[in-house]
Amino acid sequence: MSAAPERLLTGLKRGLGPVNLRLLSLLLALSVLFAGIAGPQMFSAASLRSMAFQLPELGLLSLAMMVPLLSGGLDLSIIATANLSSLTMAWVLTHGLPAEPGLMWALWQLGAVLAGILVAACVGLLNGYLIAHLRVSPILATLGTMTLVKGITVGLTHGGVLSGFPAPVLFLGHGTVAGVPVALLLFAIVAIPVGVVLSRSPFGLTVAMVGSNEVATRYSGIDTPWVLMRVYVLSACLAAIAGLVMMARFDSANAAYGESYLLVTILAAVLGGVNPTGGFGRVSGLVIALVILQLISTAASMLDLSQFLTLSIWGATLIGVAGTTALRAWWIRRRLMSPSTLAADGLKTAGVAVAPAATNDQGG
Amino acid sequence: MAETWRRWRGTQELRLMTVLLAIGAVLWVATPGFASAQNLMDMLTSSAFTAILAIGLLVVLVAGGVDISFAATASITQYVALSLANQGHLGWMGLLLVAVVLGALLGLVNALLVTTLGLSSIIVTIATQSLYYGLLMAATNGQDIFALPAWFNDGLHWVFHVDAHGGEQALNLQIVVLALICGFTGWLLTRTSIGRQIFAMGGNPEAARRVGFPVFRLNLLVYGFMGAVAGLASLVHAQLVQSVSPSALVGRELDVLAAVVLGGASLNGGVGSVAGTLLGVALLAVLQNGLTLLGVSSYWSQLCTGGVILAAIVMMAHQGRRPMVRSEAAAV
Repeated sequence: MSAAPERLLTGLKRGLGPVNLRLLSLLLALSVLFAGIAGPQMFSAASLRSMAFQLPELGLLSLAMMVPLLSGGLDLSIIATANLSSLTMAWVLTHGLPAEPGLMWALWQLGAVLAGILVAACVGLLNGYLIAHLRVSPILATLGTMTLVKGITVGLTHGGVLSGFPAPVLFLGHGTVAGVPVALLLFAIVAIPVGVVLSRSPFGLTVAMVGSNEVATRYSGIDTPWVLMRVYVLSACLAAIAGLVMMARFDSANAAYGESYLLVTILAAVLGGVNPTGGFGRVSGLVIALVILQLISTAASMLDLSQFLTLSIWGATLIGVAGTTALRAWWIRRRLMSPSTLAADGLKTAGVAVAPAATNDQGG
Repeated sequence: MAETWRRWRGTQELRLMTVLLAIGAVLWVATPGFASAQNLMDMLTSSAFTAILAIGLLVVLVAGGVDISFAATASITQYVALSLANQGHLGWMGLLLVAVVLGALLGLVNALLVTTLGLSSIIVTIATQSLYYGLLMAATNGQDIFALPAWFNDGLHWVFHVDAHGGEQALNLQIVVLALICGFTGWLLTRTSIGRQIFAMGGNPEAARRVGFPVFRLNLLVYGFMGAVAGLASLVHAQLVQSVSPSALVGRELDVLAAVVLGGASLNGGVGSVAGTLLGVALLAVLQNGLTLLGVSSYWSQLCTGGVILAAIVMMAHQGRRPMVRSEAAAV
């Protein structure tokens, strides 16, 4: 009788997955809370637009972090890579760009962007080689390349700024199309294909498999080094696009922009349901997590709180979400299992709390 | 002698020592100032802060975890302890006590979260780093403290050598704290049962638990120790730069991590030594110092650091090529 709405609800639940459902409820609760505290101007057109302008930078960087996290790795060099490629783009744009708008003028700018992405891809290749072929742990390898790449950019620019870009680049940072910031559109244009590739393509599947169990994946006949190479090149290219957005928003390029974002990107990805030991996570979860973080940041600035308090609340949010997940898993286990030694065994094992939730998520 | 050689042959410590001596020899020949007692003492004093933190982080790495929050912890202990000292409540002992206890408490929070949340330690400590640092910056508005008590600014000196020109070589707070921490940690890790348990836990946590080691208490100890060490290091740093800035320390955690790993500690846990860690810190410090003495622009020094880290990584990878199974548990 009342089967149709019920079926719709369960269908929705399964489509979203438990992680996204939980994130959405958190988002809803926070929206209601902030609307209550800060008043209706929290969701005024101006405030929504300012959120939409701020989100893409962190969003693209988090996306760049998410891909290696899915493969069970980590990329600490994304910020340095983003700055290297934005400096490359800025250098090409400020050296030899034809003065008159025309075909050459447009092609030169396209070339600048491609040059930036190409340079980033080289960093990605280096990371991939160290991790996939020399078997260096990802955190160590990317820490090394991070220092090296930052060293190159600082050495070449002496810490200075490159600026003076043509109109299209500025439009990317400040323009809107039908009220939507161009940078947000760019984020969508990048995030949707990446999300589809990660969850629907053979490549995405092998990345998740490598993240769950690399040895088993290799034994099942998959060229895991090649998968890892592509993971780190993809991560670096995403970082390059983030660099383009940062450059457009700040009207300049510098060796040290966005450094405080590095650890925040990991925080955002894990909050979005990406399992930090690899294998599980969806771009949709990451996007919801980014909206949550952005909402907290906007609310804090409306309430005249320090931007550092925002950082603090971000950290607390991750701890809180992980805490409730762990508590829930513990409670369910307690109810389901008889108090045998087996149950006690499973409870104490680290990682158990996260794994079931993430596994369910994949079913959706 | 043969016994000692066999134990050291092929270790990361020996390789580092060789590289360090080679660089040292080149600098000795190339620059007149490098090998002077004054320069060596200055180098030791200025890198003591990094070295102390590195020793604390070594213990966490050996136990199979990672701590990213120690720089934020150090910023908090530094600010709180010296604010109290400025109000005239504390002497040297009180100052050290406040910094160590507060640091240990913040470390215990990390330990509790790492053991209960079911997330890897790097994620948990990234979250607590944001939490601690954000709260500190919000509470202090990022304001520096420039006026510190005179007795603190004067520091501690133990003169041990006066040269012909009347120049004094003295042990200072930085060097003494570093020596004490090294001695204590070396003793803890290699000469005590707790040290062996920490190594065992880092090597295989599940096996350690089944053998009956108190994994939870060991974690409390390890992260608490890291926090306490960060507290001590923060005072060492404040005494050296003669001021307190809440934002000066955060951002250095990855440099310290690089030095520890360069020193041979494994991110997979269960491997590492105090000697190796000190050599790792020393290599990076000597490199920086040498580049400055050689007149290389400071803008290029980070590139050299990165190059050395990568070279060391590649070298280590070739030395320790093992079947892929080993890297399966690669820490995230």
